[in-house]
Amino acid sequence: MAKKITSADLEERLEKHEVVELDGVEIKGDLEFELSAAGGVAVPPSVLQQALQSVLGVQSLAQVAQAALQSVLGGGVQAGTGETETARKIEAQELATARFEVAKAKWVGKVEEVTLGATSSDGGTREKVVKIGGEKSLPFYNFDHKMPHAPVISVDCFDIPIPLAKAVRGHYEDVMQDPGEWAKKNVREFGADMVTIHLISTDPLINDTPAREAAKTVEEVLQAVKVPIVIGGSGNPEKDPAVLEAAAEAAEGERCLIASANLNMDYKRIANAAKEHGHTILSWTQLDINAQKTLNRYLFKLGVPREDIVIDPTTAALGYGLDYAFTNIERMRISALKGDTDLAFPISCGITNAWGAREAWMKNSPIAEDSDWGPAAYRGPLYEIMTGLTLGVAGGDLFMMMHPKAAAAVKRVTQMLFGAAAKEGAEAGAEEEGRKIKVEDWVSWGGR
Amino acid sequence: MKISSPMEVWKYLPGTNCKECGEKTCLAFASLLLERKKKLEDCPPLFDPLAKSKYGEKGRKLAELLAPEVREVEIGVGERAVKIGGEDVLHRHERTFFNRTALAYDVWDTMPEAELRARVRRISEWQKFYVGEFLRLDAVAVRSVSDDAERFAECVRQVSEETDLPLVLCSFDARVVEAGLKLAGVAERRPLIYAATERNWREFLGLAKQFEVPVTLFSENLDTLNRLALTFSLAGVKDLVLDPGTQPVGAGLEESFSKFVRLRRAGIEGEEKGKEVAFPLMAVPMTTWVGLAREARENEGNSETLEASYWEAILADLFILKYADIMILHSTEPHSLIPVRTLVANIYTDPRRPVSVNPGLKAVGNPSESSPLFVTTNFALTYYTVESDISSNKIDSFLVVADTDGLGVEAAVAGGQLNAEVMKETLESFAVAEKVKHKTVVLPGLAARISGETEDATGWKVVVGPRDSGQIPGWLEKNWPPE
Repeated sequence: MAKKITSADLEERLEKHEVVELDGVEIKGDLEFELSAAGGVAVPPSVLQQALQSVLGVQSLAQVAQAALQSVLGGGVQAGTGETETARKIEAQELATARFEVAKAKWVGKVEEVTLGATSSDGGTREKVVKIGGEKSLPFYNFDHKMPHAPVISVDCFDIPIPLAKAVRGHYEDVMQDPGEWAKKNVREFGADMVTIHLISTDPLINDTPAREAAKTVEEVLQAVKVPIVIGGSGNPEKDPAVLEAAAEAAEGERCLIASANLNMDYKRIANAAKEHGHTILSWTQLDINAQKTLNRYLFKLGVPREDIVIDPTTAALGYGLDYAFTNIERMRISALKGDTDLAFPISCGITNAWGAREAWMKNSPIAEDSDWGPAAYRGPLYEIMTGLTLGVAGGDLFMMMHPKAAAAVKRVTQMLFGAAAKEGAEAGAEEEGRKIKVEDWVSWGGR
Repeated sequence: MKISSPMEVWKYLPGTNCKECGEKTCLAFASLLLERKKKLEDCPPLFDPLAKSKYGEKGRKLAELLAPEVREVEIGVGERAVKIGGEDVLHRHERTFFNRTALAYDVWDTMPEAELRARVRRISEWQKFYVGEFLRLDAVAVRSVSDDAERFAECVRQVSEETDLPLVLCSFDARVVEAGLKLAGVAERRPLIYAATERNWREFLGLAKQFEVPVTLFSENLDTLNRLALTFSLAGVKDLVLDPGTQPVGAGLEESFSKFVRLRRAGIEGEEKGKEVAFPLMAVPMTTWVGLAREARENEGNSETLEASYWEAILADLFILKYADIMILHSTEPHSLIPVRTLVANIYTDPRRPVSVNPGLKAVGNPSESSPLFVTTNFALTYYTVESDISSNKIDSFLVVADTDGLGVEAAVAGGQLNAEVMKETLESFAVAEKVKHKTVVLPGLAARISGETEDATGWKVVVGPRDSGQIPGWLEKNWPPE
């Protein structure tokens, strides 16, 4: 037994329910509901609502109309009734009216903007400076607030030849003996925004190179390239203060990033040297948000200006603690945006650590039951890329990297997300980057 | 979900501590409900028809309060069914992400049968050991390239014969998808169908209802996507997945990224209006491949193909982080599968799980007093990796776990949490000398720099092992027993 309701009936009912606010409503056509079965009132009111909306063309009536319908149907309609046989017969004819709405994030904090490198006008010899930080929203959330600077890539070089994964080594074998040439190659061939010189030979357990000699290597690198540089010690907490002091002095006025101050060493000497010779300082802690706050506060106390601090909360490789590094960085960045000024600094990530993952370099899996791992040469760069991109999305501003392919890929994708394609439409290659495809074509894509 | 403390949940429970759920108290059950380790159905009194008058209302209310912010949708059936969506937070540290991004790999209906079957088997059987378990892939997406309903059905039939994995049936032509769904047993496997659009939505709505399967809605226009989602919901079809489009490069990619973030933000924070789009999201990194030169596609392993597989992995990375619940990929090369699946495991690990294991001396296999003694740290990941490398290679040995505050070897050496003093304390406090007679300890290769001082401080002979515990078997052959 079917029961029919026309739009006229509805109108009448709406009136009965004292629904008088129907201004601007236009009834576009006849509306007919077919309801089977007496008593078995199982029509989801949502369907009726929907039908009403499409005919009446208004959204706000939904509740009112539902009340009215319940009365029409004898009050038997219950909210939340599921689909039934009957429901299937009723199909909406038009799409519901709706607009997608979402609020912008409301942050109060701002990440410090740090300038790396100094040109001749500022007492240095760099060709141009690099700026990082300054964010008022999460990375690449341009819809909340335009990201001020795209992430920057600094390619590593070392003061002595070091053991490297095979896939990386091939790119550097010709320059490993000469840090200046190595740095040049990083810029010329691999497009590095910056170069990091790691003075690892100063480690007493390696060559115990004296600080003065290490400082000469820094001078060589500064002469070889015109980009801003990062100066890294060996990581030996006893030796690093002396090495970095000498290096800071040798690089006077160049506004290098001195890497790094750490809680388990005499960070005061390093901070003071950076201050005295016009450099910025990397504040490094190990996956510990509170330690990072503490060290940063110590640096404030020493009078290190806020615009001279970059933080390194530690990078762990994909599969080897990347989740901790990701969340640690993401939490720090969110805290900064929420107004925690102890953490509102640009973040540097040692992406080269990705090569510590065995999947990045080991020939075959040590686990017999694993599916084939394929060539290691293909895996390694992707481990570095994904470690980098993941931490970029968490909040990284500066990536220290090694594999040229990885550096180029991270650069490319972060530039896109930053919005470079939209901004610099005229640049070479931008045409390809700006082009949109018919995305749905993947379904019928005939390639292999 | 709308409540966060066990006490709040407890108010809605019977409070009789009847233990029918297997827990000692209703409060214990309440906290497991919050963790999604128990379901409301595990509390029979809450739903006992006889007691309905007493608890029925409370049960309903509780179900509502416990419902995740983003709808949870199940695809597939049986052991390999996957749940997607069901998320409550935008950032994993706020609680955890619950259902990892499901990875679906494509096959298409113009593939020769043998090739098709081999590819499906490869997808189904792929596995990689990681922290105590095997990572696997989640679904097979069947694409209609021919646009021929019969041919598509035949392909779906072959795929479903070959695998138990959940399926995604892909075509914008409802007749094609219907041909797949009509095959015996296919609809019962609860495949996800792809996709309803502004043009074909009536037909897809019909299919979703008739076959009771989850359905994907596709539109790059978020207003349209919202309208589609609202229309389907109002029509009672709520197992929805939303695809806002995955532009692979340039400004398009920036835009796609923003759509995923804004959709998820609306779903989780957007109050009532946002609930219209509070559904699982689909990303399609395989759009990378569309438009590539044919020569590149046909020469597997050439550089352009390699580039494309890298770029696909980059898109996968981005949308694993923000906020795809299911994604469709094309590259089944090991260099793509390993990092992509590992990243899913990383991001979807519960961040509240302990970072460290208890320090101590562990016996692996059946070690004797002449078995090797390895050192590792109490960072859980490091420990499990070393332990599985040793045990899966059946090496009887002792493993002494130093307390490094949960740091891995390299970080602990750099930060001073693993040094000669710590080694001395570790060897003494766990009475290691009572277990082995050789008084030789194998330090991890990454701790080489502390080997000299450790020898001095402990009086033990220190041997530097390989840099990666995966190399222990080969290393042992050459270096054990020590001279």
